Amino acid sequence: MSQQIYIQKQKEEIPVYKKEENSNVEGKLFLARYKRDDVSHLVIKDNETCIKCNHKPCIIVCPADVYKWEENRLIISYDNCVECGSCRIVCPYSNIQFRYPLHGKGIGYRYG
Amino acid sequence: MVEKFDVVVVGAGPAGVSAAIVTARAGLNTVIIERGNIPGEKNLFGGVLFKHPFEKLIPDFVKTAPLERKVVEYQYWILLDDSFIKLVYRDDAFENNPSGYTALRAKFDAWYAKKAQEAGAMLITRTQALEPIIKDGKVIGVNTDRGELFGNIVIAADGANSLLAQKAGLHDEWKPHQLALGVKEVIEVQRTKIDEMFQVKTEEGVAATIIGGPLKGMTGGGFLYTDREALSVGIGVLLSDLVSNNIRPNKLYEKFKRHPAIYPYIKDGILKEYSAHLIPEGGYNAIPKLYTNGMMVVGDAALLVNVVGWEGTNLAAESGILAGETAIYAHKVKDFSANVLKIYETKLRNSFVLRDLRKFRRIPPFLYKNKHFFSSYPEMLRDILRLWHTVDGEPKEIKIKRIRDVIISKVGPIKLIKDISDLIRGILF
Repeated sequence: MSQQIYIQKQKEEIPVYKKEENSNVEGKLFLARYKRDDVSHLVIKDNETCIKCNHKPCIIVCPADVYKWEENRLIISYDNCVECGSCRIVCPYSNIQFRYPLHGKGIGYRYG
Repeated sequence: MVEKFDVVVVGAGPAGVSAAIVTARAGLNTVIIERGNIPGEKNLFGGVLFKHPFEKLIPDFVKTAPLERKVVEYQYWILLDDSFIKLVYRDDAFENNPSGYTALRAKFDAWYAKKAQEAGAMLITRTQALEPIIKDGKVIGVNTDRGELFGNIVIAADGANSLLAQKAGLHDEWKPHQLALGVKEVIEVQRTKIDEMFQVKTEEGVAATIIGGPLKGMTGGGFLYTDREALSVGIGVLLSDLVSNNIRPNKLYEKFKRHPAIYPYIKDGILKEYSAHLIPEGGYNAIPKLYTNGMMVVGDAALLVNVVGWEGTNLAAESGILAGETAIYAHKVKDFSANVLKIYETKLRNSFVLRDLRKFRRIPPFLYKNKHFFSSYPEMLRDILRLWHTVDGEPKEIKIKRIRDVIISKVGPIKLIKDISDLIRGILF
């Protein structure tokens, strides 16, 4: 019985196309294996530069919705990051300090 | 951790592992460092791998490698908002002698890295190369998050971001129009259902290359590949186009996935993984300097991707093999300077890798400049086919005239001739 409930719960957690939430990045990222790093591997060098930046292309190109603009600063959900590097390349001011998470942390694809 | 090796390979993808297999088999003390827990878990590609360079190193490659399906059918799809055009090429010749196989990198790369270990290479995982150690103008090792590693030669196989080569001064930061962002989903579909939908045997598969539709007006394309028990569906669009169109990659992918040409295949499937990775698409003219004193750059890190043939892993493996051979020679003559390592570039130039990229060097800039290729041509084709197949008593003489008008209004006769001649020049000559 308890096992059945477990299976049912697990099934619910798997986003299936018929469901609404499955088009969200957030929901999709739940499927990935992930080891959280204690510190962010993405660092904004100078927030003033971001305030001056009109387009904020980092927010646009990120496939994992890592960046959000709130109260005059970038909120970085680095534990969503899939480590592609797009944000660093599109930043017109080279204002994003990018490295990969250390010691094998971060995302791990099961399929790839 | 302070160690001295003959060869330090950074990155356990197809390029790095191929290099390590070659050097380890020649008896060179070889180490591969990999930032993932297992090789492959950070790696991603669309899904078709061409066997030819791998077979050179592993004769029973096809029998032993964890491949998904051999590709016996290539499809080309042109999407419009409300319609689609498909070209299907099935050939029995590929049943016995296929070139391409669908694969999943987490499985494949882990297996391939084992082959390097079997050859005698040491594999250190969970370790990230932070920067090259440079002394007297020579790369003599890499600084990692677990200490320094020294080697006579460093082979940078660290993928599309190519941070190591950048820090060694071989190239500047990439530009947003030189790389595409690939977004992909692996969607579980029953094996028998895939066989049925695509009319293939279980070990056989289909590779569909897709343009237009939600991707119209952007330099990019999509794909649908059959894995054994899943479909790999994805898109790749230039970073610069995502920015200028102000489109979020996941939103774009969702639109793509829900297009009537694609959705029926996946609508009952279960999403198993959402992933994203950069694809170097700058082509020949964007290739960085490939070597310096004590270092060679291979695979994606060297932008070795053929955007015309949609090939990458085979170029990576071949470049790894050639860098490995160069490393062996350098150890023979005990000279690890650029003077000797330039042989790597010569070898690449003589191989299909740089010959192909040079051959198609005009294509990436052409596609970058001519975005109408991905919008007005699909629309033109659709309009022509729609006119022709609307049988309503209108005399064909008038239909033909209207088709002519479509060509003139969508592209224009001069532009059409110019595009065709540019493409022919870019590909055939």
